[in-house]
Amino acid sequence: MGATTSEKTAEKTGETRRDFIVLSAAGMAAVGGAAVLWPFVDSMNPSADVLAMASTEVNLSPVAEGQEIKIMWRGKPVFIRHRTAKNIEEAKAVNLAELRHPEADKDRVKDGKEQWLVMLGVCTHLGCVPLGKEAGDFGGWFCPCHGSHYDTSGRIRKGPAPANLLVPPYAFLNDTTIKIG
Amino acid sequence: MALHHKSPYKGWVGWIDERMPIFYAIDKVVGSKHPTPRNLNYFWNFGSLAGLCLVTQILTGLFLAMHYAASTQLAFDSVEHIMRDVNYGWLVRYMHAVGASMFFIVVYIHIFRGLYYGSYKRPREVLWWMGVIILILMMATAFMGYVLPWGQMSFWGATVITNLFSAFPLVGDSIVTLLWGGFSVDNPTLNRFFALHFLLPFVIVGVVVLHILALNAFGSNNPTGIDVKGPQDTIPFHPYYTVKDFFGFGVFFLVFAAFVFYAPNYLGHPDNYIEANPMVTPPHIVPEWYFLPFYAILRAITFDIPFYLIGLPLMGAGVWWMMNRCKVNGGLIVTLGLVLSVLGFVGAAIDSKLAGVLCMFGSLLILLVLPWLDTSAVRSANYRPMYRWFFWLFGVDALILGYAGSKPADWGTIINFSDTLNNHNIPDITVSLVGTAYYFAHFLIIMPLLGKFEKTLPVPESISASVLKKD
Amino acid sequence: MRITTFIAVSIVSGLIGSAALASGGGAEHPKQVPWAFDGVFGKVDQPSVQRGLQVYREVCAACHGLKRVAFRTLTQVGFSEAEVKALASQYQYKDGPNDDGDMFDRPGRPSDKFQAPYANEKAARAANNGAYPPDLSLIIKARPDGANYVYSLLTGYQPAPADAHLGPNQYYNPYFPGGALAMPEPLKADAVQYQDGTKATVDQIARDLVNFLQWAAEPEMQERKAIGLKVMIYLSIFTLLFYIAKKRVWRDIEH
Repeated sequence: MGATTSEKTAEKTGETRRDFIVLSAAGMAAVGGAAVLWPFVDSMNPSADVLAMASTEVNLSPVAEGQEIKIMWRGKPVFIRHRTAKNIEEAKAVNLAELRHPEADKDRVKDGKEQWLVMLGVCTHLGCVPLGKEAGDFGGWFCPCHGSHYDTSGRIRKGPAPANLLVPPYAFLNDTTIKIG
Repeated sequence: MALHHKSPYKGWVGWIDERMPIFYAIDKVVGSKHPTPRNLNYFWNFGSLAGLCLVTQILTGLFLAMHYAASTQLAFDSVEHIMRDVNYGWLVRYMHAVGASMFFIVVYIHIFRGLYYGSYKRPREVLWWMGVIILILMMATAFMGYVLPWGQMSFWGATVITNLFSAFPLVGDSIVTLLWGGFSVDNPTLNRFFALHFLLPFVIVGVVVLHILALNAFGSNNPTGIDVKGPQDTIPFHPYYTVKDFFGFGVFFLVFAAFVFYAPNYLGHPDNYIEANPMVTPPHIVPEWYFLPFYAILRAITFDIPFYLIGLPLMGAGVWWMMNRCKVNGGLIVTLGLVLSVLGFVGAAIDSKLAGVLCMFGSLLILLVLPWLDTSAVRSANYRPMYRWFFWLFGVDALILGYAGSKPADWGTIINFSDTLNNHNIPDITVSLVGTAYYFAHFLIIMPLLGKFEKTLPVPESISASVLKKD
Repeated sequence: MRITTFIAVSIVSGLIGSAALASGGGAEHPKQVPWAFDGVFGKVDQPSVQRGLQVYREVCAACHGLKRVAFRTLTQVGFSEAEVKALASQYQYKDGPNDDGDMFDRPGRPSDKFQAPYANEKAARAANNGAYPPDLSLIIKARPDGANYVYSLLTGYQPAPADAHLGPNQYYNPYFPGGALAMPEPLKADAVQYQDGTKATVDQIARDLVNFLQWAAEPEMQERKAIGLKVMIYLSIFTLLFYIAKKRVWRDIEH
């Protein structure tokens, strides 16, 4: 019972010093633990060979006007349609204010090559592949899963999909060949 | 009627604990409800280190399995894919490969701690058994894991070791065909090894739980080998041993990291960076270092063992049993020994390949009966000066056997009977043979005799007495 | 107890070490050469690796493949994307089937890997008197003391001693296990004309090639050692902190 004040203080400072060391040690352990976790998580990200952008070249010459083809790119289907003049007119005539996802037709095609429409064939609702060849109420594509209708520019007009069919990065290597990705 | 346990905890912790006593269990293992001897030295860190290694191997192994392909066409390429293309794949792979070696280093030290301080002795026999089972499971897991990269050593090591089972009479070849799933080590073998390699670590986790359960029955041994007599001998596991364990983790990780980052292939074999080729055997097949002593024992028996070499000692043991234990059982053993001896004298023998296999498995299984082979009343080698010498001799023997295992099969002849005496009936005396004989002599002859004839030092009265005396 | 522990640990490490370094079949020990990638601070000598690539393509690629190295990885050793694309497109790769169901040839892309000179091992053996020129992607890791071994082998050709047993298409090299190998001396002075003007002595060519092959076998080496340094520093502080914490926690306890 006779602990002096100085003994008590010494005990206290001893304790705080010990707690500080223990705390910083525990803190380091926590930081180290978190740091070691990152390489494991990152190992689940796409590996270098997957990232090495697979790009696909497509020869457009066999695709006549009014025809469309479906090719694979990065594991997903891509629609390439050789649009008719009627398709293009209808696409341009739409009032952008009516669109759920307003996008002008000219922004979805390349300059001087507006007869070529290139889009990911993946419905922006839940990922099904829409039916093409002027399907649905708007002369474009129709998704049978939940009834999304896309127009001749691949824009969503009716149904649950929130966005237009995605246009992937692509470029014309010459008049008859495009490279996607 | 259910066992109702009123939880010592408050709040939501108590609510859960009353219905599922997990917090109580944790406290019993590492917390305030685990009174631990106060005098444990750093050799007692190796249990928690082994647990750390198990967790590391499972974690790294899981992430490797996300990218590995277990088919002979793809396996080697998939490992290179991990090394070159997967983000930090090289790190996960090297951690797993080095981690296996670290696991064995840690476990071997843990076992040698047990041998020195008599941790296997009554009442901790079942704790020791769980440990031996864990060691055997680890060896099976490591063996199959090494096959997965499908390099030259993977393939040929698998071929040599699976071929061992053909040594068993009558059923041997069928067993090997069953193991292989075919007529040689091939795709079915690789695929099932992957499945089993993924599974066994979780079996090991289960046995570790049993190991810790057994530990909790009587608590940890300690360097004096004297039982805990009261609270003056113990301190709570937390915070004393938790902080000491974390320090141990730090030292462990320093060694681990040094290998992983600066010498990741040092403990491996370059031939495993060559794709498996069933047509070409490497000039020198070597298992991983942690198998070397057992490999030496396997190869040491180059001669058939006539039955009388087993029968005669068995008769001797039977006579001892009749004199000191039970006449009936002893009589049975003598009879068995007699029958074997007679058969032996008319030519029956254990073929050398089978003998090697039996000795190799025997060298592990003999650990199970150690608690009964050691007849000493004193637990810890601190007070057994004679045993201490034999302990170190045993360690040196293990190292010599390991070295012999790394050498070609014809290395290490000490006395060459076939050349010098032109006698082909007596086997050459090799380093491996002497080492193997000594290994078994240590357990079967030295340990029982030491207990009878050793003059031990006086043991302290209690743990606290020995702790106070040191000051 | 402490001293005996120390002795035991040294014996163990010595034995593990010697088991690990078991060298093959009576070959002469490789010459020990200091390399830029050696040691704790090892680095990739990029100019040397680039020269080594040239050596590989001009001298070795006729017989030896490098099938695990993708062209795109060359950006790690200082080549630009454009250079990589140009290099890749010099090779033709089989692709397909096209819409007619036929396979066709196309120029290489950065995502492709170096081509093997032979379609398969049997073709390689048939073209080389039964010997198989191994793929070089992992050769440095697939041989004990790999870098020094490859350097010694390339620079170690000598006239055969009187008691050497050479087959009809074999050459003497004391660094090769057995002394007789099927590869004739591949390097001579000025065998390549280096684009950066470095003098192409046999020694220089061998060093550049080894630097390149070392990178090809272990592209992660530099990053691995750099991360390793940070990890070791962190762990040293961690261990020290916990040592101090342990001492403080245990200070008032008799033990």
